[in-house]
Amino acid sequence: MARITAGVASSHVPLLGVASDFNKDRDDYFGPIFAGYDWTRAWEQAEKPDVIVLVYNDHASAFDMKIIPTFAIGCGERYKSADEGWGPRPVPDVEGHPDLAWHMAQSLILDEFDMTIINEMDVDHGLTVPLSMMFGRPEAWPCKVIPLAVNVVTYPPPSGNRCWALGEAVRKAVESYPEDLNVQVWGTGGMSHQLQGPRAGLINQEWDNRFLDGLVGDSDHLRRIPHIEYLRETGSEGIEMVMWLVMRGALGKKTRALHRHYHVPCSNTAIGHMVLRPDNGEGLDMTGSDVVVIAAE
Amino acid sequence: MITEDPKHQDIHEYLAEMEDIPGTRVFTAKRARQGYHINQFAMSLMKDENRAKFKADERAYMDEWPLTEDQKQALLARDYNRCLDLGGNVYFLSKLFSTDGIPFAEAVSTMTDMAFPEYRAMMMAGGRSPEGVRSIKANEAAAAAKKEDR
Repeated sequence: MARITAGVASSHVPLLGVASDFNKDRDDYFGPIFAGYDWTRAWEQAEKPDVIVLVYNDHASAFDMKIIPTFAIGCGERYKSADEGWGPRPVPDVEGHPDLAWHMAQSLILDEFDMTIINEMDVDHGLTVPLSMMFGRPEAWPCKVIPLAVNVVTYPPPSGNRCWALGEAVRKAVESYPEDLNVQVWGTGGMSHQLQGPRAGLINQEWDNRFLDGLVGDSDHLRRIPHIEYLRETGSEGIEMVMWLVMRGALGKKTRALHRHYHVPCSNTAIGHMVLRPDNGEGLDMTGSDVVVIAAE
Repeated sequence: MITEDPKHQDIHEYLAEMEDIPGTRVFTAKRARQGYHINQFAMSLMKDENRAKFKADERAYMDEWPLTEDQKQALLARDYNRCLDLGGNVYFLSKLFSTDGIPFAEAVSTMTDMAFPEYRAMMMAGGRSPEGVRSIKANEAAAAAKKEDR
């Protein structure tokens, strides 16, 4: 049986991709941001996930205004890095897992989530930046990826509650897949940022940290934050944090934090990153420290 | 934190709240409809050949799109606040930022009352505080109360 062994949350600021691609990731500006991911890189090497269900949003790359799916799942064999106006990022192609993806699509639809199914698309920084943050610059990505795209650009995006419930249905879908697979769910985007209008540059460190706190433990209060609160408190683009709730919902009732990182700024944005374990008697390693030993060896 | 009950979401209240945030244009259906061609025009700049055509003659390239004169003027002037008012969305407009070869943050700073170095310094110092920019109505009520005090 496939099972969800961890959840990872991370911002996906495009500039982080630039820093990674041009070896600026250890300079004075980016160093403190990337340093917060060192723990996770070592941990991922030890965890060796087979598949990542990567919740992200497209930024006018694969989808334009012609078609705006609220929830879409990538069932393709592979995805290329999108040209976002600067040429495509020089990163490996992203390999899909069509068998699990199609299984999930069917399970989600039967569970009353009316998914859009994507067989071909390019993937932009929303998906490739988190891969770079967690895996660095490998020749090929070390695992397969199922893109799960959420509309957070055209209003209204799905509610936080709906995103959380989708996560719950993702768990059910993964756990009903017969093959033994180590699956992680990643929620990306955020944290506080506003990229438009005279209020641009808004950051709310206090709110962001309360949100990070809320991901840990057995409370589900985050699912009831209305859109207007994200907008007022975390800037117009802070709404991306609803995508973290898909990840959180997929971890079951209770979680434990293995790692946490927060940094301001990266360009216009507050960087947040967290690694969570589902803590519902799954029998997973909760120490989160052994990997440091493994990495050192 | 405020919490919502999704069963009692009123669409008119929801949309009214979207317009109550100072210095912010939420990309609602109304703006998405108004700005459809601005955004699709901007999207076309993801192709090298279109970027070259646009750079060679901006006006002629835009004349191929069903944009209003206002929209064309706002785009020509790189007046991004005006573009937002006319239905542009920043993720689409960012294709124009990259066509112009300017960093995203620099383009964003042009929408504020700060020059780029000043904006960058604000970000380095922790960004703009949400204090006083949460709600137009709340600000108006506070201003009215202050007036009464005098």
